[in-house]
Amino acid sequence: MRPIRWLRKNLVVVFGVLTLVYLIVPNLVVLLFSFNKPNGRYNYTWTRFSTDAWQHPCGVAGMCDSLTLSLKLAVYATIGATVLGTMTAFALARYRFRGRATTNMLIFLPMAMPEVVMGASLGTLFLNMRIQFGFWTILIAHIMFCLSFVVVAVKARVMSMDPRLEQAAQDLYASPTQTFLRVTLPLAAPGIAAGALLSFALSFDDYIITSFNAGNTVTFPMFVWGSAQRGTPVQVNVIGTAMFVIAVLLVLAGQLLGSSRRKVR
Amino acid sequence: MSAATAPVAGPAPLPDPAAPAPLPAALKKAARRRRAVPYLLLLAGVAWLLVFFVAPMVYQASTSVQTGSLDEGFKVTWHFSTYWDAFDAYWPQFVKSLVYSGIATVLCLGIGYPLAYTIAFRAGRWRNLVLILVIAPFFTSFLIRTLAWETILADESPLVHFLNTIHLLDVTSALGITEGDRVMATPLAVVCGLTYNFLPFMILPLYTSLERVDGRLHEAAGDLYATPFTTFRKVTFPLSMPGVVAGTLLTFIPASGDYINAELLGSTNQKMIGSVIQSQFLRVLDYPTAAALSFILMAVILAIVMVYVRRAGTEELV
Repeated sequence: MRPIRWLRKNLVVVFGVLTLVYLIVPNLVVLLFSFNKPNGRYNYTWTRFSTDAWQHPCGVAGMCDSLTLSLKLAVYATIGATVLGTMTAFALARYRFRGRATTNMLIFLPMAMPEVVMGASLGTLFLNMRIQFGFWTILIAHIMFCLSFVVVAVKARVMSMDPRLEQAAQDLYASPTQTFLRVTLPLAAPGIAAGALLSFALSFDDYIITSFNAGNTVTFPMFVWGSAQRGTPVQVNVIGTAMFVIAVLLVLAGQLLGSSRRKVR
Repeated sequence: MSAATAPVAGPAPLPDPAAPAPLPAALKKAARRRRAVPYLLLLAGVAWLLVFFVAPMVYQASTSVQTGSLDEGFKVTWHFSTYWDAFDAYWPQFVKSLVYSGIATVLCLGIGYPLAYTIAFRAGRWRNLVLILVIAPFFTSFLIRTLAWETILADESPLVHFLNTIHLLDVTSALGITEGDRVMATPLAVVCGLTYNFLPFMILPLYTSLERVDGRLHEAAGDLYATPFTTFRKVTFPLSMPGVVAGTLLTFIPASGDYINAELLGSTNQKMIGSVIQSQFLRVLDYPTAAALSFILMAVILAIVMVYVRRAGTEELV
């Protein structure tokens, strides 16, 4: 009867672990098939082990160009959205002013809107303004939908900060600029970093909104989408796996850095 | 300048003790400047959203009642029947979108809750690692992960072979969610993909609200002779309600507008409304219909969300 009692007690954990497996399995499939050497164009069935794709990650025409473009877009969009979003978040978290509720609503709406709707309407506007689709229209769209996520992340952090720390700095004769740079900004940094990371991931990964505003420009997700119709090259799996590994390592490094700093204090 | 504005002329009136002392002009100016600070901070962000989010919506609204063609240009003719025609032509895709994303949302809640609960109460020192593993799939692009499901559910895959061996696909085919011995290009595949892709959106809000639940409440419920199940039903679940509401909305809204899963994992029979909007916009170039469809989708989602939030009783979402 022991195992049954154990199972009853830990049923939740068992389900939780199963869910975790469900979440990770597709990533493992991507990893596994990055070492495949398919016979035809379609990389669906396991044929034989090969490191060809890893040795020639840019062996597919156009893929690395699209990857570079997506990285560039993501960096620009992250900078834009983080700067605008942080300023907005500080205003919303620190000040009472007329129109605050309306602004909160305006920030919330893009997150509650299906991407197709946002993409199609922005695309219609550009089209009718006769603005040439390309890098800049994609960038504008990306900053627009990343902005709200930054505001939410930074606002949550700023609201939870103790205002007395800044008062203390001022009591100790710090100028407003010094207080902001030495006290406020470092305290808000985790929220800003979270918002920036989220922006980067959202921008890099976006297909739906981009497809309405890209014209003939091809970002990495658009390349993958196009290739899916004719058979995805193995190199796409290489990029997917590499992104996954780099991101996990970065997050782990951040965690270690955070915990070692906490120990020092 | 500040000195000039101070009242100097005439006999000084007796100060009224009830009235607040008039602020020196310099202070007044500083106060005015302080009051301007939030607006200056907001200026850029709000302007961005007004120009690239609100204005396109307004523009879209006018496009939806225009008629014309790409060559002759579009004119506002208050042609409201575009809405009716669009709905009449594409209501099956609307229904499919709502049904698929609704089922996926319920599945996400069922699958995600145990994991969120485990992270919040049972993971101990593994908590951060498990959280990273939940977010990690985000870092492999959405499309690549969906393509991985194409591999997993392909006709010749071991999983589909296994499901055929145990005759499970016969049952699901009888229920009408798969066809014959295939999983790909069926509603099951689409719902599977949606559930998988939006699961982290469910788990994270659930975890955030469960994390705030005081573990001592469980002990208290146990002390009062509640069974673990009663404790969950009467204490834990009600306290996690904000997470449930936020999670279901964050799953349902993007899922209902998504068409990547339907296009990659489904067939033309599983087309969702997102595909229709995209093809009207990018291929058919019928902008009024695309605009009308977007507005119908928006209205339907808004109506569902409002009813749901009122039913669930939490209105502090923003």
